[in-house]
Amino acid sequence: MAEIRLQALAHSYSRTPQGPQDYAIRQMTHVWEQGGAFALLGPSGCGKSTLLNIISGLLSPSEGKILFDGREVNRLSPEQRNIAQVFQFPVVYDTMTVFENLAFPLRNQGLAEGKIRSKVNEIADVLELHPVLHKRAKNLTADEKQKVSMGRGLVRDDVSAILFDEPLTVIDPHLKWKLRRKLKQIHEQFNITMVYVTHDQLEASTFADKIAVMYGGQIVQFGTPRELFEKPAHTFVGFFIGSPGMNLIPVQRCSGGVQFDTIKVPLSPRLQEQLEQLPSSQIKIGIRPEFVHVWDVPFEEGYECDVLHVEDLGTYKILTLRLGEHTLKARLQEDQKVPQRRVHISFPEQWLKVYVDEFLVE
Amino acid sequence: MSLVLEHVSRRVDRTLYIDDANLTFEPGSFNVLLGRTLAGKTSLMRLMAGLDRPTAGRILMNGADVTGVPVRQRNVSMVYQQFINYPNMTVFENIASPLRLSGESNAVIDRKVRETAEMLRIDPFLSRLPLELSGGQQQRTAMARALVKEADIILFDEPLVNLDYKLREELRQEMRELFKARRTIAIYATTEPNEALALGGTTTVLHEGRIVQSGPTAEVYHRPNSVLAAELFSEPPINLLEGRITDSEVTFDETVHFPLNQDLQGIGAGQYRFGVRPSHLGLVPSNDDDLELSVLVELAEISGSETFLHVRNDHFSLVLHLSGVHEYDVDEPIRVYVPTHKLFVFAQDGRLIQAPQRQR
Amino acid sequence: MSNKVENNKAWFLVLPVFVLVAFSAIVPMMTVVNYSVQDIFDQYTRVFVGTDWFRDILRDDRLHDALLRQVIYSLCVLLIEIPLGIGVALCMPKKGIWSSACLILLALPLLIPWNVVGTIWQIFGRADIGLLGWSLNAMGLEYNYAGNPVDAWLTVLLIDVWHWTSLVALLCYSGLRAIPDVYYQAARIDRASSWAVFRYIQLPKLKSVLLIGVMLRFMDSFMIYTEPFVLTGGGPGNATTFMSQTLTTMAVGQFDIGPAAAFSLVYFLIILLVSFVFYTAMTHADKDA
Repeated sequence: MAEIRLQALAHSYSRTPQGPQDYAIRQMTHVWEQGGAFALLGPSGCGKSTLLNIISGLLSPSEGKILFDGREVNRLSPEQRNIAQVFQFPVVYDTMTVFENLAFPLRNQGLAEGKIRSKVNEIADVLELHPVLHKRAKNLTADEKQKVSMGRGLVRDDVSAILFDEPLTVIDPHLKWKLRRKLKQIHEQFNITMVYVTHDQLEASTFADKIAVMYGGQIVQFGTPRELFEKPAHTFVGFFIGSPGMNLIPVQRCSGGVQFDTIKVPLSPRLQEQLEQLPSSQIKIGIRPEFVHVWDVPFEEGYECDVLHVEDLGTYKILTLRLGEHTLKARLQEDQKVPQRRVHISFPEQWLKVYVDEFLVE
Repeated sequence: MSLVLEHVSRRVDRTLYIDDANLTFEPGSFNVLLGRTLAGKTSLMRLMAGLDRPTAGRILMNGADVTGVPVRQRNVSMVYQQFINYPNMTVFENIASPLRLSGESNAVIDRKVRETAEMLRIDPFLSRLPLELSGGQQQRTAMARALVKEADIILFDEPLVNLDYKLREELRQEMRELFKARRTIAIYATTEPNEALALGGTTTVLHEGRIVQSGPTAEVYHRPNSVLAAELFSEPPINLLEGRITDSEVTFDETVHFPLNQDLQGIGAGQYRFGVRPSHLGLVPSNDDDLELSVLVELAEISGSETFLHVRNDHFSLVLHLSGVHEYDVDEPIRVYVPTHKLFVFAQDGRLIQAPQRQR
Repeated sequence: MSNKVENNKAWFLVLPVFVLVAFSAIVPMMTVVNYSVQDIFDQYTRVFVGTDWFRDILRDDRLHDALLRQVIYSLCVLLIEIPLGIGVALCMPKKGIWSSACLILLALPLLIPWNVVGTIWQIFGRADIGLLGWSLNAMGLEYNYAGNPVDAWLTVLLIDVWHWTSLVALLCYSGLRAIPDVYYQAARIDRASSWAVFRYIQLPKLKSVLLIGVMLRFMDSFMIYTEPFVLTGGGPGNATTFMSQTLTTMAVGQFDIGPAAAFSLVYFLIILLVSFVFYTAMTHADKDA
């Protein structure tokens, strides 16, 4: 069991980094509390794999410290850190049975056979591996193999954290559902810190209590799935979380708010005041497709736009709209009436966000 | 150019890979093959491409029998899961390669390559090598190579699997646009129901080498012809309940009773299987005739804008797909509502008896 | 799903090979079969003898002895070369200039022809002018491959080990390089000892290359001829007279074509049978009980 703390941590693969562009991980200070379920979410190349390797001990950070429960572990190997890891492609010991696979880490510790048996049976129960317990691991399906590799971490009492490196990549969608649910239940049952690395926002948000969104070697936001959705702290979070992502439109200041393509968007006096204090002219407004209100009759404060495209995604529909020179997306419930050709939309004040230099203004 | 499969089967030794497939693909159509791993998607594509020969049945292109015609003479392109490009050729040469083979003039090649690259937004990288590009750009290069050939059929075998979530979203959308104005038949294999919905066009649902259902995507989704089709084309998985209809009421699992309503009246008494999509279940009644169930929360998966709520009672478990954030503790007792007018009714053998009416 | 391409035209591509095999193997073999059932006196006189020759050679003590020597020899070759080859592969550097240097060094013995190898060792082992023989004797170990049957036998074994362990090592080396890194990472996390890593990761993943290695070394050592012929001519006594030499003596020396033909068929069947057993045993080892 452990709290994982990154202290002014940074990593560069170059020996003599010249500037921020040479860093795979830019300096960050960050805490993952003991027993939490966390996700590290980002596109490929954002530095999440580097960070994962630093946590697991395969890589030693070039600057700063990594602490487990206050103890510096910078130079400790994975086995010394008591970390378990589930890899993208299932790793099982082919020649062993499932039972032997699960018993392997315990046998390596020299535990008594009776103890091993009860522990393995307990974990096999939790993971629902009993039907295949005496099958050779080689002949399992991908999802069973992933459960086995997770089980090898769970059997140990001394494991401080389990790291997951995109563990559902090779799993079919209908099994992903089951396995993801299993992961979540296990986390609730065992008091183990879990860090889940993925590029899939749905996996991250359904698994984790808190998500760290990584972009360009930095954690741009650390928050609950709800916070990331409702209050993205960075335009990248707005774009990356949500399907489709947030509508982001570059705007200019004007009296009473901001404007783009002759369309004026009023802002609250508080936001206007904040905006005036910032020198940058890099301003964007953002609103999630889910929060765009769509009407088929004109009304005050509404903007009229053309409907470009309607997608039926089964449980909901996506409307692509043209407002001024920009396209916007709006999400409709399955049963909501689909307007023809022209619609009127409004941006509820609560959900309209303003970004300066890509960061949220509150 | 149309493509027709007539009673096509493929068997290798004792294993039946494709069992009596009958399909028609219209020119300019976008077609999704949906099925789990090993459902036969790749086998079917290989037959269409001419990489494999069917052990029974005929394949017709524009009415002409091409069953035995090998792939080289068929004018098909294929895009794979892996990003397959020539590693030591530039992006330009990669895209140009099929045109060079067919002996086009340099001017034509240059024009076509640039057009296609622009369409796929890789025109800034034409002089680079594929391995210097990101995964998404590499796959775009492979796609450009398939497109530039102006093949009669383009086969996509789970092309987006190895890409980031967001990139997938983006490319999926581009694909639809790309094929709008073309006469090419596009065939796209995927394991993900949501991808099929996002791509639109027509969908063929495959399972264990057999075609379960084929038709316009929305039609297949809203009117699955069987329990199997509904299960395969539903994410999260559709909820299924065993039940009985009598003259006056409907019973689920011998425990839940509700009066027979207008929608279910015409069906007749008997044992049925009832299906309800997770997104149709609610925490508040949406209609007067909603059925109230007392259940315990098993797990709430929250994805920012949505919640997947797993609940159960002694007899069955259900998944709810709710919009918005709903936080619950494990084992918390709650009530959920089943809209009885949105029930799918299946016969005991799995056949669809009735699908819910759709609001337009 | 299967990725195999089925194409009936493929048979035409196989045809040249088939013709080649027919000429190189099937036709000569049929000739041998023909000899093995007849007693040939001269060009015009031959008698059909049925299975007489087979019965004879199966009762021939000389052949029993040769077979026993051969089996022991091949077993020793496998028991030494396979573990040694794996060991060498495990010790080799994984990358960099040293790994290339090792590869070249290992490949060298493989490039030397059999009779040259025999000649090298013949001189190398001589007690008067050979480095090995002279040194051993100087150390007080009496060594004389020409006179002492044990010395002769050990020398022939040593030659094979020197000549062919590299092959096993190279095969294993390529097998080891193909194991993905995550397996080692997972094992470290599970705190596996290096023995456990070898036993549960490396050895299982080496299985297919080892299968090839074992088969090649078995077949090759079972047919050994040149080295003992060059070194000792099969002596002293019959200490290094293996199957192939016995056969040669029979066919060429004594001109007993019939028994020799029967013998070579039995010889061939033994190799086929043992290889088949090895192959089946190794490929079925991982099936669920």
